[in-house]
Amino acid sequence: MSTTVYISRDASALALGAERVARALAEQAQRAGADVRIVRNGSRGLFWLEPLVEVLTPAGRIAYGPVQPEDMPGLFAAGFLNGGAHVLRIGDIEQLPYFARQERLTFARVGVTDPTDLADYRAHGGLQGLQRALELGPADIVKTVTDSGLRGRGGAAFPAGIKWQTALNAAGTQKYIVCNADEGDSGTFSDRMLMEGDPFALLEGMIIAGLGVGATRGFIYLRCEYPHAQRTLEAAIAAAYAAGVLGADVLGSGRRFDLELRLGAGAYICGEETSLLDSLEGKRGQVRVKPPLPAIKGLFGQPTIVNNVITLASVPIILARGADYYRDYGMGRSRGTLPLQLAGNIKHGGLVEKAFGLSLRELLYDYGGGSATGRPIRAVQVGGPLGAYLPESQFDTPIDYEAFAAIGAMLGHGGIVAFDDTVDMAEQARFAMEFCALESCGKCTPCRIGSTRGVEVIDRIRAGVARVENEALLRDLCETMVNGSLCALGGLTPYPVLSALQHFGDDFRQ
Amino acid sequence: MTDTSTLLPLKNPTPRAALNAAQRQAVDGALASFRDAAGALLPILHAVQDALGYIPEAAVPTIAHALNLSRAEVHGMLSFYHYFRTQPPGRHVIQLCRAEACQAMGARTLEAHAKRRLGVDFHATTTDGEFTLEPVYCLGNCACAPSVMIDGDLHGRVDAARFDVLLAQTREAQR
Repeated sequence: MSTTVYISRDASALALGAERVARALAEQAQRAGADVRIVRNGSRGLFWLEPLVEVLTPAGRIAYGPVQPEDMPGLFAAGFLNGGAHVLRIGDIEQLPYFARQERLTFARVGVTDPTDLADYRAHGGLQGLQRALELGPADIVKTVTDSGLRGRGGAAFPAGIKWQTALNAAGTQKYIVCNADEGDSGTFSDRMLMEGDPFALLEGMIIAGLGVGATRGFIYLRCEYPHAQRTLEAAIAAAYAAGVLGADVLGSGRRFDLELRLGAGAYICGEETSLLDSLEGKRGQVRVKPPLPAIKGLFGQPTIVNNVITLASVPIILARGADYYRDYGMGRSRGTLPLQLAGNIKHGGLVEKAFGLSLRELLYDYGGGSATGRPIRAVQVGGPLGAYLPESQFDTPIDYEAFAAIGAMLGHGGIVAFDDTVDMAEQARFAMEFCALESCGKCTPCRIGSTRGVEVIDRIRAGVARVENEALLRDLCETMVNGSLCALGGLTPYPVLSALQHFGDDFRQ
Repeated sequence: MTDTSTLLPLKNPTPRAALNAAQRQAVDGALASFRDAAGALLPILHAVQDALGYIPEAAVPTIAHALNLSRAEVHGMLSFYHYFRTQPPGRHVIQLCRAEACQAMGARTLEAHAKRRLGVDFHATTTDGEFTLEPVYCLGNCACAPSVMIDGDLHGRVDAARFDVLLAQTREAQR
């Protein structure tokens, strides 16, 4: 009888040495004559414990971590294949408070199953949502998604059901489902973890979306900075075709759904849905003027659903368990769960999937354990490079789309980047403008020109040149960008700038 | 490999001679694989860069002609997307993350160190042709910052000392 051992192939686990650990374990097992089967799974998302090694024992999965190759002889000597005692022994990782207090719906299988093994996916509840969708008609599929309260997890939080209904109502010869996997926001990695850890959930969500709106073709637009996700998705798509989950006869239903993976090329703006569509069409990723909405006139002029990875990957469980099951999580108009990502200067960085409603402070301290450097957390940027910088006085804001909007911030894709008290917030504000200048698609003037002028004005303020006048100019410029930009890049870049100015004004006056 | 010139009887202003054999093979291969795909240009450019490590400017007219696009449209793609390069990179490509999560863990210090150690700025190759240094804005490794990717291999929690070790290992690995 072989012993099953799980070692992650998640990019972050690999970045910490998981590949070398897997190799060392295989070598040591061979030397010891132990029969070991190594499964390369996704990550549990507790990155301070990666590389994590989980051993399947009669008493359940016993975790050890963080493990380095040189720990192997000691682990074998301690009888870790039977769950033996060792200084790195964690026990059942699901009992750790960090994990036990989460509500993992979308991430239920990530870190548990073999990501590209369809049988393992089925054994853990996979394809139940698709089976249900095949029993329902398009209208009922869309109604279920609408009733669940699911909103776009890419950042804009637009109700998914309304988007789907629009595409369902629209006439077109070839409708499309496009997955936005251009996860460019710094501090976010939930899309990546999902694609590397449970790619079939995304595929299943896209097929259900296709059935819901009458689309038979799908594209995943993946950023090229994610080569590991690319390999996992390619394997998953091939496996899904081989098993008849994708293709001309989805699960023997006679319904067709074809799926193709396409790579981006390092343009942040292509995470904006209309630039993404232009990019997919083989053009520069320039923002389109809306209307027409993509749901009516999208890819190649056809009705197109563009949804983020997490949005689509949340659909299978909504179909499988029902709209109420999902909607019962959350608060206010933010229903269900949000996979939050703790990043930057944080002790316990990782993925926390929770129902909406917990506070930023709980995340930073109860989960995150404070800063990695041990210094006070001074500022937190939520929602990527376009998100506001929040001071300590706002840490009690609940994780809720409307609560964040009320303080001039946004949840975005759920990335939380912590900074300790060594941060220079004027430098961060300058970077926000610099990034916008670098990534602007150039279509609208406030963004293209405003961002460059913004860098210059901040430089003058920091140099102490006509500070009062330049600060007024910066606010004026920000107002123009907010109101005059075509999309969120130019329209939201002022958020980090103005919040830095408002809450950390002293940093601009040194 | 299909020679696209025979498929295209139209007068082609392409100076095909400007492409060497390897380049011609890469371009023809990319066109053969993707020219009929919807939105073909992006996968074609990826395929050429995958094969050669860059996209020669001289390939632009050939690709434009094959897709019935103007040269400006193809050139516009190369200048728009940060990932595409038109010059050969060094033997190893180092992508250093400059985004906020890495900044919070010392990416600015690491960036200064990397530039000093390699003696080059971003988008440049060391004089010995070993390393090309590129900025990147997020590698999705934000809980283990700062992040560096070398030839597609991701590394986390990289400080100056770790960066030097990675450089040495990368040099070592090719011997």
